[in-house]
Amino acid sequence: MSDLDSFRQEVRQWLQQNCPESQRQPITPREQYWGGRRGSFPSEDARIWYERMRERGWIAPDWPAQYGGGGLSEQQARVIKQEMQRIRARTPLYGIGLWMLGQALLEYGSEEQKQKHLRAIINGETRWAQGYSEPGAGSDLASLQCRAQDQGDHFLVNGSKIWTTAADKCDWIFCLVRTNPDVKKQEGISFLLIDMDDPGISTTPIALISGESEFCQTFFDNVKVPKENLVGELNKGWSVAKALLVHERKLMAELGSDSPRKVVAPNEAAHKYLEFDNGRIVDTQLRSDLVDYNMQMHAIALTHFRTFEEKAAGVRSAAPLVMKYLGTEAEKTKSELLLAIMGSRGLGWEGDGFTAEELDTLRLWAMSKAMTIAGGSSEVQLNVIAKSVLELPQSAQV
Amino acid sequence: MPLVLNEEQRLLRDTARDFLASNAPVAALRKLRDTRDPLGYDPQLWRKMAELGWASIILPEAYGGLDFGFLGLGAVLEECGRTLAASPLLASAVVGASALLLGGSGEQKAALLARVAAGELTLALALEESHHHRPSHIATTAVADGTGFVINGSKTFVLDGHSADQLVVVARSSGEERSTQGLTLLLVDRASAGLSCQRTVMADSRNAANLRFDQVRVGADRLIGEPGQGWAVLEPVLDRGRVALAAEMMGCALEAFERTVAYLKQREQFGVPIGSFQALQHRAAQMQAAIELCRSVLLQALSAVDETPEQLPMLASLAKAKLNELVKLVTNEAVQMHGGIGVTDDLEIGFFLKRARVAMQVFGDTGFHKDRYATLCGY
Repeated sequence: MSDLDSFRQEVRQWLQQNCPESQRQPITPREQYWGGRRGSFPSEDARIWYERMRERGWIAPDWPAQYGGGGLSEQQARVIKQEMQRIRARTPLYGIGLWMLGQALLEYGSEEQKQKHLRAIINGETRWAQGYSEPGAGSDLASLQCRAQDQGDHFLVNGSKIWTTAADKCDWIFCLVRTNPDVKKQEGISFLLIDMDDPGISTTPIALISGESEFCQTFFDNVKVPKENLVGELNKGWSVAKALLVHERKLMAELGSDSPRKVVAPNEAAHKYLEFDNGRIVDTQLRSDLVDYNMQMHAIALTHFRTFEEKAAGVRSAAPLVMKYLGTEAEKTKSELLLAIMGSRGLGWEGDGFTAEELDTLRLWAMSKAMTIAGGSSEVQLNVIAKSVLELPQSAQV
Repeated sequence: MPLVLNEEQRLLRDTARDFLASNAPVAALRKLRDTRDPLGYDPQLWRKMAELGWASIILPEAYGGLDFGFLGLGAVLEECGRTLAASPLLASAVVGASALLLGGSGEQKAALLARVAAGELTLALALEESHHHRPSHIATTAVADGTGFVINGSKTFVLDGHSADQLVVVARSSGEERSTQGLTLLLVDRASAGLSCQRTVMADSRNAANLRFDQVRVGADRLIGEPGQGWAVLEPVLDRGRVALAAEMMGCALEAFERTVAYLKQREQFGVPIGSFQALQHRAAQMQAAIELCRSVLLQALSAVDETPEQLPMLASLAKAKLNELVKLVTNEAVQMHGGIGVTDDLEIGFFLKRARVAMQVFGDTGFHKDRYATLCGY
């Protein structure tokens, strides 16, 4: 048995013994624990589960132990994730700090920043928001205008950020800010950590087509930010952001396999909502759409496995660069397919006329529209493939 | 299952690429076409391929084979797809040999496989009876007569049917006309009395034939497997053929795609390379994404032949359907993106377009495999 295999046995056993039964069910948004000063545990079992995982070092298994992580390898971390998925264990702690900022700090942060923030994330003390996009800077992120002026011992920040997830519940926000307006747009950007309690910060929630308002616009009005909150070098924030974007796209590509919601599988929905004759779906169009979807997902899953195997074998390929595009487009296709399969049962907005699962399906359909926009739209992904993989000449417009 | 080629397989692929570039470029196929070559492939090339061991890649060492498995075979066939090399590799060394390997008696294997492996003897599968792939719709009859069988019927779209030394004929000895029950596989010598052959000139300039069996008599020793039980052999043989063909199609798609991307960088209009236009960049990027998916599917399906045959039906249909869609997309886009020269016979892109269309029909079109996959999924 290889080391990884015996590690897997160990993980499997530990999870079996320590993950409460109630934490092995599909999770609804209300049952998620996001940490932070304003956060609370949705249930006693959720608290027990989180604390056991934290004590074991598996909230952030591949972060160094000195910052509260598990000190494990990337492969070991993946084994933990796989084993958790196997028993449908819930994610004990959600958060952008855990998924995104941690990576940036580990790579670019100062020792003081790592000490101050990493353990606080793992301990659920701070919840982070991400301040990248602006009303005038979406796909063209590098044109961002939120200013941070050097005032000697601090930066003075003015401007606004949009799509800041749950900023009204967050303690800190990491932002891309303009520190030099006189150079090429990518070369005048810095990466700043800002305490949301600082005077001059305000947030407004944004209502979405899904009926939710998980995102906010966040305004900065003469906010004073200490110099030590700069991550990496001054005017080198774009490099940090690019590294994080790659990480974010990987996360989004994997979202399908780790959705926080109760997701109906299209095959189950077909058996529940469609007419069958002799083991076959009668509606030939839906049968054809369903098989297209299943084949595409089968191919995407195999390509995920291939990227892991290539990484382990030290082989480079274009596969990782196409996964965000393929994964999010497939999620959208799935939502449309579910609606088509469920007919008018898939159109319920609220109330007792529909099951919770049906209502969730429609909300997820609306939410799925954001997946091919956030984290670099599908069009931007195709630009990236054209440039980095195919090395096609840059178009005049970009 | 391995989704990355090992050192040995990469070496095989690189050797194949070098060999085919100098021995069987697309120009060789053009020459076969223009001279209306009676054989349809170059026997000297086939002999050299056999010397390299290609005719025996999937065969066990006991029959003179290399035993490199389907991942090794796929690496070679993909390179053959890149240059559209015409040879009996698929029809004889993969499909024909698999029929003997999976269904043949000890005597048949001993007598024939080593010769197939050496490239001395070629085989072809005589299956189709209509213009669509319907492997169980067999009207050709095999009636037991004395110690052997008498075959009557017609076959079409028989790959390498005009040149193969021996034919593996799918005939019906019992059962309804569309049933998978009652099929019998028989080996028939091409020189048999009552067997007539019409070579069909196809779009891809490769080789296929219509065959007619009129009271063709074969001995009992020519039976492959059990009488009436042919489906149990035929289905895995077809799946092996589908996966192998998918590898060839991958090479065909990659070559057409790479030539097109190179052209996008070189061709200038409005004072800039046309590859700088986003309308073309996005379509090229979408093809790259489709190629990545097909690469994973193909490797998994090739691995399944040797490692997880129980998964082969689903993976073979996934691979053939996905590769059908890929070669259709890529060859159409290749012509369109080359503009006016794309529709000239001078440019080799047209050869890829035509080969793609034939390959898409061989062993099942997209609809056939989507239907099979859906059925295997339980809907």
